[in-house]
Amino acid sequence: MPPSTAEEARPKAPVPRLSGVPAHKRRAIVVGASSGIGAAIAKRLAGEGYRVAALARREEQLEELRASCASLPGEVIVRRHDAHDADEVPALFEELVRELGGLDLLVYAPGIMPKIGATEYDTEKDLDILAVNVAGCAAWCNPAANLFRTQRDGTIIGISSIAGDRGRKGNPMYCTSKAAMNTYLEALRNRLSEVDVHVCTIRPGYVDTAMTQGLEGLFWVISPEEAARQTLAAARNRVNVRYVPLRWMWVGLVLRLIPSFVFRKLSF
Amino acid sequence: MSSRNGLVGKYEYVEAWGMADGAHSRVFRPRSVEEIRTVYEQAERDGVTLGLRGTGNSYGDASMNSEGHVLDISTMDAILDFDTETGIADLEAGVTIEKLWKYIVPLGFWPRVVSGTAFPTLAGAAAMNIHGKNNYAVGTLGDAILELDLVLPSGELRTCSRDENADLFHAAIGGFGMLGCFSRIKLQTKRVYSGDLYVYAFANRNLREMMDYMEANRATADYLVGWIDCFAGGDQAGRGLVHDARYLEPGEDPDPASTLSLDHQILPSKIFGLYPKSEMWRLMRLLCNDPGMRFVNFAKYVAGRLEAMGPPKKWRHAEFAFLLDFVPNWKWAYGRTDRRGLIQHQIFLPKETAYDAYLEVMAHNRKQGFVPYLGVFKRHRPDPFWLTHAVDGWSMAQDFRVTPSNREALWKHCAEVTEIVLEAGGKFYFAKDLVIGHQDMLRAFPPDRLADFLALKREVDPECRLQTDLWRRVFVE
Repeated sequence: MPPSTAEEARPKAPVPRLSGVPAHKRRAIVVGASSGIGAAIAKRLAGEGYRVAALARREEQLEELRASCASLPGEVIVRRHDAHDADEVPALFEELVRELGGLDLLVYAPGIMPKIGATEYDTEKDLDILAVNVAGCAAWCNPAANLFRTQRDGTIIGISSIAGDRGRKGNPMYCTSKAAMNTYLEALRNRLSEVDVHVCTIRPGYVDTAMTQGLEGLFWVISPEEAARQTLAAARNRVNVRYVPLRWMWVGLVLRLIPSFVFRKLSF
Repeated sequence: MSSRNGLVGKYEYVEAWGMADGAHSRVFRPRSVEEIRTVYEQAERDGVTLGLRGTGNSYGDASMNSEGHVLDISTMDAILDFDTETGIADLEAGVTIEKLWKYIVPLGFWPRVVSGTAFPTLAGAAAMNIHGKNNYAVGTLGDAILELDLVLPSGELRTCSRDENADLFHAAIGGFGMLGCFSRIKLQTKRVYSGDLYVYAFANRNLREMMDYMEANRATADYLVGWIDCFAGGDQAGRGLVHDARYLEPGEDPDPASTLSLDHQILPSKIFGLYPKSEMWRLMRLLCNDPGMRFVNFAKYVAGRLEAMGPPKKWRHAEFAFLLDFVPNWKWAYGRTDRRGLIQHQIFLPKETAYDAYLEVMAHNRKQGFVPYLGVFKRHRPDPFWLTHAVDGWSMAQDFRVTPSNREALWKHCAEVTEIVLEAGGKFYFAKDLVIGHQDMLRAFPPDRLADFLALKREVDPECRLQTDLWRRVFVE
């Protein structure tokens, strides 16, 4: 089939070389794998030879992901899962770990950011954000943390956001949910450090995903693939908190230093 | 996953204490007899077997169940009653030895039998019928148990003692969790008149001296334990240090209230007030290899000789009893991942054959290049429990390091040592073992007792729903 777009016509990046991770330690669960950074991470792991359980709400996209990974050295199994549904996680977690034959890495990537009007105060929307971004994160990280604690081995990656650094006018609960995630993941990291289990918090800036579509004034936008590459590199280097790309660290630093009486005048 | 009363199983890595084996299982932590029954039902509904576990302090696979669920009793840990007149403790079976001694020591009591670590639950300790450094004098833990409640696989609760359900009592103690789950244990403890012990040290130059010393003193000593430098050979084989401890008589301690206080008993968590003990395993890891351990054992032997020249010292009960807890998580010095760790091969031999067989084992260890990093020597006495490990004789515990590369050769070596032991009429101990097989077990235990035990197992658990990896390794052909 001839390439139909310029993008497809470009030479494909070579399949990544197998990483230094031993073969029996390449088993991962990626929650939120239907699009964006989650999908890119799942694909990248499959490229490195991982057995990946990819979970998301939208089944068509999961099937697409599986099809696109068919030629990669790893293996992708897919499961429909709605991140709102914390109750089904313990059973699903056990089932997946059994199917994968163990677990070495959990990636929690789901995140929702509904549009909130400037004068909108909508509890329902806010609780929905908390359900996916915070409750869902705890529902998956807790069983993984407990398993990793007992096997003294494993890594957790949480995709948070630079938005958690300050409470902004634009989307109060989204910022709150990411701040909650940051603190929760930090606490998990501190708890699990004694047994060498690593928890890596990723704070992406603008990534070209469904979440940022239609937003104005974006800059330093990177592709989900690049975000996935940097995310996995950070986790392997046992970085605690990584802004992706790294230069957002300076933005975060400045943001956190702006005094409140100035910050409230800013437009974002 | 979650059963009707909200008891949720957690999917965990359940491992041998020595870390040399482990498997993923769903672990349930019941808080009542009713919840124990719920866990039985859950395992039956899921069509899998159930392994019983306490805090997982058995060195080997005694509380692992790689093919099914695991019931962890450690959350059932209430002290129901303690009689300060008689010293009888009524305990939920998940109470740990640590919780028990911390409760009774300020009241002037000490458990009659404790293990070298304080972390096991009473349920686990009873299932293994553990012994202490005073086995030759007071017997095993089972000898101190007055009564217990056992939840059979059918869900029926049976109270057992020497008078009531005596068969179950003598089979379940030491029955490594194959007959039912202990839910309550009534235990006799011992009155003490001080929080301290007198400890005499005797440095022995070879095994003969150690055995002679212990034999000569066992009528009067309250505790006797020998440490062996397993690296020494020739006419120094078995050199080491004996600790001989004696309780203080009433009136010998001028201020018992102060020595019995927890402030006195609990050691500081830092060394020199600076370095946290919880980090010490990282330093020990640097020495955890053959040359390092040869040096450590030599240094300890020299230190022991110096110690033996001095006058007897006073040790706290907790300090003397729980030597293994001095460095938290010291086992991590052996490694932490990929089933690196240690196994303990504890050899029980009757007194007639012990001396020659131990020398042969030690020589074989050195010849094969598998020298235990720690050797511990004790005197034992028989007891009435059906599958007891205790003999009228001796035991030598040897800690071997396990790595991915030496694993196969080490198991082969242990099989050779096992052969020497069985030839000499020896026995093994399920709380420690990870290496013996079905045929070895048949040779080690008296056939009539074994047949009685298996008949009782068939009676109370006809579908064999209670299983562990140990059961399948040692008891299934």
